[in-house]
Amino acid sequence: MTMAEGDLAVAELAFVRRTNIAPRPPPAAMTGAVGWLRENLLSTPFNVGLTIVIVLLLAWAVPELVKFLLIDAVWSGTDRDACLESVQHREIGACWPFVWERLPYFIYGSYPIPQRWRVDVFLAMLAIGVVWLLWLNAPRRDLGAIYFFVILPIASFILLTGWAAIGLQPVDTVLWGGVLVTIVVASVGIVVSLPIGILLALGRRSHMPAVRTLSVIFIEFVRGVPLVTVLFMAGVMLPLFVPEQLSPDKLVRALIGIAIFASAYMAEVVRAGLQAIPKGQYEGAMAVGLRYWQMMRLIILPQALKVTIPNIVNTYIGLFKDTTLVFIVGIFDLLRTIEVARIDPKWATPVTSTTGYAVAAIFYLVFCYGMSRYARAMEARLAKSDRR
Amino acid sequence: MSVAGNHGPLLKPAKLNTATAVEIADMNKWYGDFHVLRDINLKVMGGERIVICGPSGSGKSTMIRCINRLEEHQSGRIFVDGVELTADLKKIDEVRREVGMVFQHFNLFPHLTVMDNCTLALIWVRKMPKKQAEEVALHYLERVKIPEQANKYPGQLSGGQQQRVAIARALCMNPKIMLFDEPTSALDPEMVKEVLDTMVELAHDGMTMLVVTHEMGFARQVASRIVFMDEGQIVEANVPEEFFAHPQHERTKLFLSQILR
Ligand SMILES: Nc1ncnc2c1ncn2[C@@H]1O[C@H](COP(=O)(O)OP(=O)(O)OP(=O)(O)O)[C@@H](O)[C@H]1O
Ligand SMILES: [Mg+2]
Repeated sequence: MTMAEGDLAVAELAFVRRTNIAPRPPPAAMTGAVGWLRENLLSTPFNVGLTIVIVLLLAWAVPELVKFLLIDAVWSGTDRDACLESVQHREIGACWPFVWERLPYFIYGSYPIPQRWRVDVFLAMLAIGVVWLLWLNAPRRDLGAIYFFVILPIASFILLTGWAAIGLQPVDTVLWGGVLVTIVVASVGIVVSLPIGILLALGRRSHMPAVRTLSVIFIEFVRGVPLVTVLFMAGVMLPLFVPEQLSPDKLVRALIGIAIFASAYMAEVVRAGLQAIPKGQYEGAMAVGLRYWQMMRLIILPQALKVTIPNIVNTYIGLFKDTTLVFIVGIFDLLRTIEVARIDPKWATPVTSTTGYAVAAIFYLVFCYGMSRYARAMEARLAKSDRR
Repeated sequence: MSVAGNHGPLLKPAKLNTATAVEIADMNKWYGDFHVLRDINLKVMGGERIVICGPSGSGKSTMIRCINRLEEHQSGRIFVDGVELTADLKKIDEVRREVGMVFQHFNLFPHLTVMDNCTLALIWVRKMPKKQAEEVALHYLERVKIPEQANKYPGQLSGGQQQRVAIARALCMNPKIMLFDEPTSALDPEMVKEVLDTMVELAHDGMTMLVVTHEMGFARQVASRIVFMDEGQIVEANVPEEFFAHPQHERTKLFLSQILR
């Protein structure tokens, strides 16, 4: 029996394809805006419901926010009168003149006004370091690392605390405040917690019982205690036991507290990453003759940290917001300066507090969202480099 | 399954270079209470090719992993190229520099390119300059016939290609002894041959090899001796012709009847 070319005879038991099926474009409902809507927002009844709820929420919240922050906002004035309800202004939104006037305080705290350029220089140097290190295509990133981890900390310390010998008037850390303190505390926590966390995580998996026990005790103890307690112990109880002149500066104590706390959390995050690495990677590394530290540095940690990036950044974001707790030991971080400013009688109005908190919210949102976005970009880039 | 016999004459007798490459004497190993290796005695001369076979769980992997101290033995002695393996880290490093290993699941480093996989140990263990290391790596990648893949990542290669990279990676260190732990059993059938061919060539070049495998065609063609293990013991060891033609032990006969259908 013969068959016409390309004709699929269903009854036929044997079949040989004689013509090639050319690819055709997908149906219109799968592509374009309609396709996108269908696939992303309306794919199941549950998604349809979710989409409706979210649209309603946005419809309610966004106009309110825009109204408060922009439309009803007061843009000029010199004291509280500008931001009070009056005949011309029936409803009052954000009180921006208050923020504008207190902005230097929010940024520098009580850092002496003639010396504030030093803070500006510090922030600029930090920004350069961060960009150099985080921009993956930047030139000479090895130099960038030296700059960030060696030069920057030393230079910043001298610049901010002062050194009379080179004409930099000493500034007591009691005077520091606002964004300066928030950035200093967060940077120290972020930079110190990763290496210490890695060491603790390796210690916890070590074959040496003493190392392992010490690591476990440290991690579990610090994780079992609230950050407020750690700060309180570092800030208030330490001076009771240590003689006055030996006891370090209040800010330094808080920095140590934050670093200890963040390191313990980071240790657990890194340990989770280490656990994701198959035994074969260790064996492969040992079989080619790598020593323990070489194996960790070249083979295990690069892979473990890569799968851990989302959790590391998550910890960093938590840490960044936790820095607000340093107020408990009398340190004026950004949130604390806003707290102080909002009860200033000169600006006492019904909207002052809300405005102040909005500024804090925007500040933290920008930084935390920035970290989150960077992590996503990095993940995507690393995922591309070894698609398995 | 068998390897096509198109590799010229069979390799025998082995070109022995009199020196003992590996000597295992009265070696025992336990996992907790489980006596996994019992009174192992095995002497491998330089240039010999030992194929180790036996049922699953018989301790084949454990035994060859003791040779580069991926596993620790509890009694008896192991000498590798004259160096005794003890807890001494220096000795372990020394042995690992002389012994290359190829694993069932390749164990390539997925975050490094093929080239970097090969040069890593040269640079960090042999302290070779990067440029020179790359020349060495390229030489061995050519030898396993995949120089064109040098800049890819392991995840972009087929299983057979990955295993050949793993062989090249081990060869780069210029080892005196190569250990293979079921190098083809994770591969799709069509890739087995390319890996076995590479190993046959290695055997032709006189490499001392200990190979755990169930590829009896390969064993017949290449092995200078076949070692059969069961329940943590060496049950029988013989030259291939005798081993296949006249197995002595009941368990060997049973094993062969199951594996050679
Ligand atoms: N880390 C370990 N802890 C406890 N028991 C183990 C461990 N590794 C292996 N064993 C046991 O030791 C025995 C020998 O294992 P081994 O891997 O050497 O066998 P094998 O001969 O290589 O088997 P296969 O052909 O399945 O690879 C097995 O019974 C296994 O369950
Ligand atoms: Mg095995």
